[in-house]
Amino acid sequence: MEIVLVGLNFRTAPVEVREKVSFSTEQAQRAAEELRAQGILEETLVLSTCNRSEVYGVHPTAKRASAAALSSFLSNFHSIQPELLSPSLYHHYDHDAVRHLFRVSAGLESMLLGEAEILGQVREAYLRAHAAHVTGPVLNRLFQAALEIGKRVRAETELGSRPMGVASAGMKLAERIFGKLNDRTALVLGAGTISEQVVSQLRDRNIGRLYLSNRSRDKAEEFAKQYKGEVLDWGNWDTTLKLPDVIVSAVGVQEALLTKPLIERAMAARGNRALFLMDLGMPRNIDPAVSELYNCYLYSMEDLSEIVQQNRSARENEVPKAEVLVEEHVAKFISWQASVELTGVLDTLRGSLKERRAAFLHEKLAGMNHFSNEDREHIGALMDELVEKLLIAPAERLRAEKELRKKIQNVEAIRELYLSDREKP
Amino acid sequence: MNHTFVILTVLAYLLSMSLYIQFLYTGKEFTGRLATLLMFMGLGTHYLALLVSARASHTVPYHDLPGAMSLFGWLLAVTYLCVEIYHRQRTVGAFVMPVILIFFFIANLMPARPHATAPVHGVVFALHVTLSILAYAAFALSCVLSLIYLGEERLLRIRRLGEVGWRLPPLELLERMSHTSVMVGLVTILVGTSLGFIAVDRNIAEHYSYFDPKYIFTLFVLLLYIVYFRLARTAAWRGARASKLCVFNFVLVVVNFWVVNLFFSQHHRYF
Repeated sequence: MEIVLVGLNFRTAPVEVREKVSFSTEQAQRAAEELRAQGILEETLVLSTCNRSEVYGVHPTAKRASAAALSSFLSNFHSIQPELLSPSLYHHYDHDAVRHLFRVSAGLESMLLGEAEILGQVREAYLRAHAAHVTGPVLNRLFQAALEIGKRVRAETELGSRPMGVASAGMKLAERIFGKLNDRTALVLGAGTISEQVVSQLRDRNIGRLYLSNRSRDKAEEFAKQYKGEVLDWGNWDTTLKLPDVIVSAVGVQEALLTKPLIERAMAARGNRALFLMDLGMPRNIDPAVSELYNCYLYSMEDLSEIVQQNRSARENEVPKAEVLVEEHVAKFISWQASVELTGVLDTLRGSLKERRAAFLHEKLAGMNHFSNEDREHIGALMDELVEKLLIAPAERLRAEKELRKKIQNVEAIRELYLSDREKP
Repeated sequence: MNHTFVILTVLAYLLSMSLYIQFLYTGKEFTGRLATLLMFMGLGTHYLALLVSARASHTVPYHDLPGAMSLFGWLLAVTYLCVEIYHRQRTVGAFVMPVILIFFFIANLMPARPHATAPVHGVVFALHVTLSILAYAAFALSCVLSLIYLGEERLLRIRRLGEVGWRLPPLELLERMSHTSVMVGLVTILVGTSLGFIAVDRNIAEHYSYFDPKYIFTLFVLLLYIVYFRLARTAAWRGARASKLCVFNFVLVVVNFWVVNLFFSQHHRYF
């Protein structure tokens, strides 16, 4: 029984290759079914996210050739030349494959170290594969353990606790002032990529009311339709600025769009309730002097980038703690795998000895006609009992072995000494 | 027996404080829950310690400074736990627990004096004192919350939240918690003072006169907190200014608690 992993990620493949090898939900299911149907893998699961495509599988005869077959399957499935794909692929087996998956689940292999989304993606991939009956006992156990380690790392380390993007850092800061944003109002100025990221973060946090404003009203309306926001007239600042608790500006301007007197008037109109401003424009859209106003909290792109940098360092400091947890779970999984293999080896050995016993008796008793059928059965039963007795003591010793490495070595030794290639599980 | 309860209380409070601090740094829910649980246990043993002294003096233990301080610490813990449960916010525990511990330590490290005979007994009088000390505890809690507000506000302004800043409660929640605490203080001091007047009325001939500088000072503090309560909702004061006012008010409460009681009041000593 061998766990095989073949895949690529943002470290090994450029985005053009990753795009070609990514799997939609339907494709993932179809690929898994085909892999089983073609006998390449016995159990299989496809994990495909924007930064990685990985196929996990179990091969019954422990042949590493399955990885080669898997690579060529991927080339065929995505109609991509093997020469183009091969340099980007990585292959991991058994312990390394287990370790890799656990690291992925923990967020240690993510582009954004410790990101939380990957755990959800692993869970979804597993649930879909399980529902499609393409996984089996090994992958079920493996992915359940991966989900467990993912949760544990996030609960017991700081790896995923701090925001790593400018937009999410800004939102977290707004939450430091207002708490949950679901009863708050936000105004986003601009309709570019940065504004989109901010709006997406605001929607993720169930912002109570979302206003959008842009020089081009058409673009603002399109944007508002997509994110269920309301469009406010551009430039009508005295009316517009008194409404929101959070203002995000990301427009291209040559001089400050929101000046101190403008915000001062807005603050007076809103009864000095706290106002959080994010200036994500370059050059800056909001006069820095606004931060001097009472109850106004202004963060520029530079401030937010510095916070993100601090958070990145803090997350990196947590990596060793997360790695210790990953190793602990890898050892647990290998231990489980070894005990399963031990049971399998013993069953095969018992079967093999019984077969040999039957052949031996058949041969030796062939000329002894004075034995009745009853006697022959009795001799057979006695010899079966002897086989069982001979197996009990070593089996118990093998099961009782505490040291994992030795346990695995013992299993391997039995395989080599007593079983033919055909009989090896 | 009292000694055992004191040791158990110190242990529970110390453990609870260290867990609250750990919770502040790690945010682990289990640690936070354990901290709250230990605080509950500390409250229980603290109550038993107070009960033993109350039995010895046949009244609520407020006739000496250690007793009043210990009762203050206990009521501060009770108020804090109510606020923690009501607002579902634990991070403040790391800041409140040291205050409770300091009061409990000082109260128990002071040299033991023979219990003075209480001049006045009765439920009304006991309630008057207990509610007054509860009000002081609630005001102390609002002061701690306001200080946290000011600290966090400063961190947000200088844009350096650090390890702890990300875990502190949101500013607006701190404001609400402080208001809750002041409201508890206002209600209890109003009821407590009213009960005090009733007790004076009943015992006037024997022990008390109708005039005591403490009355004026208490009414002044009450007025200040009502002003705070009103101002904290106005445009000019909401936010950091209101928090500074809350801290200032508590300084006056401390003056009232110590200076006025010790040097000016005729009938109030430690409450």
